[in-house]
Amino acid sequence: MSRLVVGPFNRVEGDLEVTLEVAAGRVRSARVNSPLYRGFEQILRGKDPMDALVFAPRICGICSVSQSVAAASALASLMKLEPPENGRLATNLILAAENLADHFTHFYLFFMPDFARDVYRHRPWFTAVQARFKAIEGSAAGDALPARAKLLSLMGSMAGKWPHTLSIQPGGSARPVEGGEKIRLYSILREFRRSLEKTLFGDALEAVAGLESARDLEGWMAARAPDASDFRLFLEIAQDLALEKLGRATDRFLSYGTYSQGDGFMFRRGVWEGGFKPLDVDAITEDISHSWMAGPAKPQPPAHGVTQPLAEKPKAYSWCKAPRLNGDVAETGALARQVVNGHPLIRDLVAQSGGNVRNRVIARLLELALVVPAMESWVRALEPGAPFCHHAPVPEEGCGVGLTESARGSLGHWLEVRRGRIHNYQIISPTTWNFSPRDAQGVPGPLEQALVGVPVQEGETVPVAVQHVVRSFDPCMVCTVH
Amino acid sequence: MIGPKPEGINVLWLQSGGCGGCTMSLLCADSCNLFEMLSSAGVRFLWHPSLSEETGVEVTRVMERCLSGQVTLDALCVEGSLLRGPNGTGRFHLLAGTGRPMIQWVRELASVARYTVAVGTCAAYGGVTAAGGNPTDACGLQYEGDEPGGLLGVEYRSRSGLPVINIAGCPTHPNWVVETLMCLAFGLFSERDMDALGRPRFYADHLVHHGCTRNEYYEFKASAEKPSDLGCMMENMGCKGTQAHADCNIRLWNGEGSCTRGGYACISCTEPGFEEPGHPFAQTPKIAGIPVGLPTDMPKAWFVALASLSKSATPKRVRENAVSDHQVITPAIRKTRLR
Repeated sequence: MSRLVVGPFNRVEGDLEVTLEVAAGRVRSARVNSPLYRGFEQILRGKDPMDALVFAPRICGICSVSQSVAAASALASLMKLEPPENGRLATNLILAAENLADHFTHFYLFFMPDFARDVYRHRPWFTAVQARFKAIEGSAAGDALPARAKLLSLMGSMAGKWPHTLSIQPGGSARPVEGGEKIRLYSILREFRRSLEKTLFGDALEAVAGLESARDLEGWMAARAPDASDFRLFLEIAQDLALEKLGRATDRFLSYGTYSQGDGFMFRRGVWEGGFKPLDVDAITEDISHSWMAGPAKPQPPAHGVTQPLAEKPKAYSWCKAPRLNGDVAETGALARQVVNGHPLIRDLVAQSGGNVRNRVIARLLELALVVPAMESWVRALEPGAPFCHHAPVPEEGCGVGLTESARGSLGHWLEVRRGRIHNYQIISPTTWNFSPRDAQGVPGPLEQALVGVPVQEGETVPVAVQHVVRSFDPCMVCTVH
Repeated sequence: MIGPKPEGINVLWLQSGGCGGCTMSLLCADSCNLFEMLSSAGVRFLWHPSLSEETGVEVTRVMERCLSGQVTLDALCVEGSLLRGPNGTGRFHLLAGTGRPMIQWVRELASVARYTVAVGTCAAYGGVTAAGGNPTDACGLQYEGDEPGGLLGVEYRSRSGLPVINIAGCPTHPNWVVETLMCLAFGLFSERDMDALGRPRFYADHLVHHGCTRNEYYEFKASAEKPSDLGCMMENMGCKGTQAHADCNIRLWNGEGSCTRGGYACISCTEPGFEEPGHPFAQTPKIAGIPVGLPTDMPKAWFVALASLSKSATPKRVRENAVSDHQVITPAIRKTRLR
């Protein structure tokens, strides 16, 4: 048995270190460490409640709008405030633009470049992949960056800037859309759609969104040359490397639901454990037995959570806490969202091979195909001249909960106000779920489980398969260690 | 002025105690291809955490080659605040895989770098990570708030003789970073190009107020009262655009945005100490009904006199639109042509 410490682990947002026990060419066990602590939950104590809107997005520069939405909705639940229809649509659009930019950036800049590594030089697809996806030099960056920047020009219009907007308010959006702007927003989306259809999918978004089973997907693949589009190329690699056998975690999936519509969500809230179950938010707790944190030994619900760093603690190995649902590990992210929501292709893929590297990537790309058409309909539904924001005073005492979905999964803010000031603020981010350390029962977190059994080739110091597994979760470590 | 072929610079980019937002913002640069633009100016990334292939020991090897002089480190870019806690150990941020505090790596690399660049207000002055009780003892590379010093100390100079270049902003505008790196690559950046707080003057010699689309409301002191109102946000909503140094309303964000255009106040994120304004961000502190933070270079009495005069002259259109979320009265059309 040999020990391998991998870090700095790049192309994940923030800091990550993975310690692997390796035997007979496979990972026997993994420990995942976030070696950075920032202390936002401490910083927020004593602040004016509305200041959470300034601080929360700055937890993270990659999912800053998700943090804004969680903070605004925690405040809205405290203030008993419902946004008007325009405010709801505007928030959906801003959040969707960030989530889609995330998925897009992840695929092109963070995930695919690993297949252009020298270790794959003998694979049949290598030449094509290297030309397209080599880090910084590949041709894909020249297509993806301008398309991404153009999509985010929607943020310039609707949110002032990205990251770190303040336009998202508890009562809606502070940036009303004026008459002529609808067409501009619509053109931005049409342009993004065009680039997805042309280079990412090589097919209409509706055709991709309409794939209903693993067999459909195989048929789609068979009808196209391996280099017909970037998605097709990924499927080629996935098949050749059997990425559906890599990185399986616990197959219990969690989604808070997102893109509010009517009295529900476009992607519904719930849990999947071989079957759909409603989510009991009160069943969420955080365990700190293996975290560099002081506090009660018994796992705490976030509303009563404590965040007090303790750098020297026996058995502890991460600044990340361990969230559990009914005491169990749960995976969150695009795959979880689509399993919970019941997309037939994703349900079928998961039924066959569970949560794994291939299925996580497919679910993420599928969301691009599902959400862009929804955004087009939200823009059409905006009504310039009607209100975008409702207003109410902030109560002196009370509690609020804000739950949303960022690209990489479920994000929750729990807020308590006393005497007009923030008394407690607790955050559970998606990567806190996915990259959690062991709990008091010794149960490893999702990534720790997903790394067990991953092959390590002779002489590898940074096993490439480990990199695929880690990046398939699209982790955001700065959120994790808020 | 720009030479035929730049010598080029090797850039090593590290992320410390920040949110990664300045990198994410950089990727929004509105050039047709950011990487080609940078490489055409001779800007080469030795390593960037979000963009490069190298991971794990491959990265520490890059850093060691810089330290040993095998590779010339021209620009050390640091994003995020430097975390000195707990108790000066730097343990709140160990560089993954090395067991060593990031502050130690930064100190050593800064000693061999030709230029040291703070990307973002965190790396420049401490920023949001230093807010509240500053639980991690966060500071900037050469400042702690507006006090010179920080991690590297008052006397620190990089090999070029320059102090730390502070591309302050939370986040930074992508083009502030691209232009600074290109200036360095072309040898076009000297101490004269930095303001008194170490910021590149090409953007810091402006105020956020310049080019603000709400300036007509400002002229007449027609003020917004709540989020989504169209009026000037200085009187009630905490806007510091008349004091904050940046060209956000001239050089727009993400195509066409700025904070004030996005419907919210400038919180002066390019200024040291912006994270602790001493009042709720979205409220203007006042004494006897007069905002405390008036434009910096205007005598207070004059401001008050002019404000009361302009308030009494405010057209109905401006007064009513200021507290609405869309124009309720549009500008009148005069039959006599504009004169």
